Amino acid sequence: MDVEAMGREAQKYVWEGAIPLQIHLHESEVTTLPHPSPALVLAPRMGYLPLLLPLLKPHFSSTLPPGVDTIWFEYKGLPLKWHIPTGVLFDLLCAEQERPWNLTVHFRGYPGNILTPCEGEDSVKWSFINSLKEAAYIVNGNCKNVMNMSQSDQVELWHSVLNGNMETYQRVSSKLKLEKVGDQYVGKPNSNLLKSRTNTGETDTGGPVKTGRIPVRLYVWSVSKDFDDLEDAPQIDSWDQISYMNRPVEIHREEDKCFTLRDAVKALLPELFVEKTLIDEEIPRIELEEESRAPSDDESNTRNEEDVEEKQGENVECCCPSDDAETKLKLVRIQGIEPKLEIPFSWVVNNLMNPEHFLHICVFVKVPQAKPLPHDR
Amino acid sequence: MDISSWDGTLSSSDFCLAAHAFTEKWKRINPVLPPWSWVPRPKSPWLASHEVEGYLSLENMCILRSCEEDHDEKSHKGNEEPNCLGKDEYIDNATLVQSYRQDVRYFDFHIVYSASYRVPVLYFRTYSSDGQPLLLEDIEKELPGNSTNVLMESKWTFITQEEHPYLNRPWYKLHPCGTSEWMKLLFLTDPSLGGSQGVPVELYLSSWISMVGQAVGLKVPLEMFNKRKE
Repeated sequence: MDVEAMGREAQKYVWEGAIPLQIHLHESEVTTLPHPSPALVLAPRMGYLPLLLPLLKPHFSSTLPPGVDTIWFEYKGLPLKWHIPTGVLFDLLCAEQERPWNLTVHFRGYPGNILTPCEGEDSVKWSFINSLKEAAYIVNGNCKNVMNMSQSDQVELWHSVLNGNMETYQRVSSKLKLEKVGDQYVGKPNSNLLKSRTNTGETDTGGPVKTGRIPVRLYVWSVSKDFDDLEDAPQIDSWDQISYMNRPVEIHREEDKCFTLRDAVKALLPELFVEKTLIDEEIPRIELEEESRAPSDDESNTRNEEDVEEKQGENVECCCPSDDAETKLKLVRIQGIEPKLEIPFSWVVNNLMNPEHFLHICVFVKVPQAKPLPHDR
Repeated sequence: MDISSWDGTLSSSDFCLAAHAFTEKWKRINPVLPPWSWVPRPKSPWLASHEVEGYLSLENMCILRSCEEDHDEKSHKGNEEPNCLGKDEYIDNATLVQSYRQDVRYFDFHIVYSASYRVPVLYFRTYSSDGQPLLLEDIEKELPGNSTNVLMESKWTFITQEEHPYLNRPWYKLHPCGTSEWMKLLFLTDPSLGGSQGVPVELYLSSWISMVGQAVGLKVPLEMFNKRKE
């Protein structure tokens, strides 16, 4: 299967991806006996939790106390931010991905001091379009294409997201002229092996290769205690434990080099790669394919160490003796998968981004034991 | 950089420069007002990056709103400008007349850099003297007349409620999508700002806040965007 076909498969996989949810009504809102059974719902990865209201309301309406519905969700006490796509919430908050994912739903008592207000589908749609405008601004330097969308196109686009209809989405969104990320090496993942001096013509964009800014939303969960298995990962009690970075990645194209996922993560979190971890002297320096580049000595050493580190990172199991002074990249998760960091970033963006044109990346990091800051709660 | 080819945006490092210049100038020109302070990005101390991330904060800014009572038209001077309260500020005694219902509003303003739009963004929240947060409708009702005009006429400024980029709480925000356009216009049309020397980064925030301040009823003294150094 060629890379383009793989890309289409990936997109389909992502669009059709759904998280099985087991949704329990919060006990304070149960007014009848017996307690209602939890609702079992398949929530689209690319969707948003408040959009599940039409599925959930009928299931629980007979037991709800009187009042106006303002739906909100929580996972183990953590109120869930409704503007984050469901799949991202799952990838981030469930280190060990539990299926079904057990959530609690509320129809009353909206925590307005913590969550921004949500007045149903319109709020979600507004948030989606707003993010799309932001993405357009990042890519094109202006939001004109989104602002000038016809009413019917906007409706069709939104419905394609609501219904998970990839074909409609791709048809309507192509009018927005948000160029797919071009990368002349995207057709050959190991192209850095070949000293290819000409454009092989295997780009998956018809257009010119652009150096550009890519809309990315990065969620970093850092823990100070190391863990070997994901199921031992500590609980996220508060959003303050997660660093959220809404910052575009600038792709710098260099000859013979592919801008990889690793390069993108490094651009956003340079500290993770500068920090020299303790490398077990017995681990052989791995001969790399990147030999074909002609870096300075320093550079090649860094790259060697990075790759060893990356290998450690990929197997969550640590092969180094645990050391509190280390900062370790444990996991990079996108659309529920842990892509190899060598994959060209352009491929990742084009095939794994969300419909509002943002790529959401969840990163788990183990950090040195920090002294508590004076203002820590 | 030449102003004519400038797109109205600034880099994050320029934002830091501009922020520091702005706080200095504000302190110099408005010694009686609360100062702006630079707040480094909270949490993740290990995430100290090559870029200094943080935002400008001005909190507990007290703004008096005179609200007219329906039955007391004549006492209302038609002047709805809020007065920023400072130690030595002269307070017009007429506004203390009993027939006015005086409401004290507290504002917290944060100026946060948006990496997406490459411009500063104003986040704010407002509450009454008993700490009760106020709703957007109430805020908009109380804004001086020209503010609501700025908001309504301008497709460039509108207020939304979104999550603060660092604080995980809902704040009001002046949407940034038009900022670069009107900043460019501002610098192009005002000869005192820039000119042949290019875009003076230090003046960016003072000029910016003169515009956004209007939309939220924050009065910015004219001297703030005077290029002449004191």
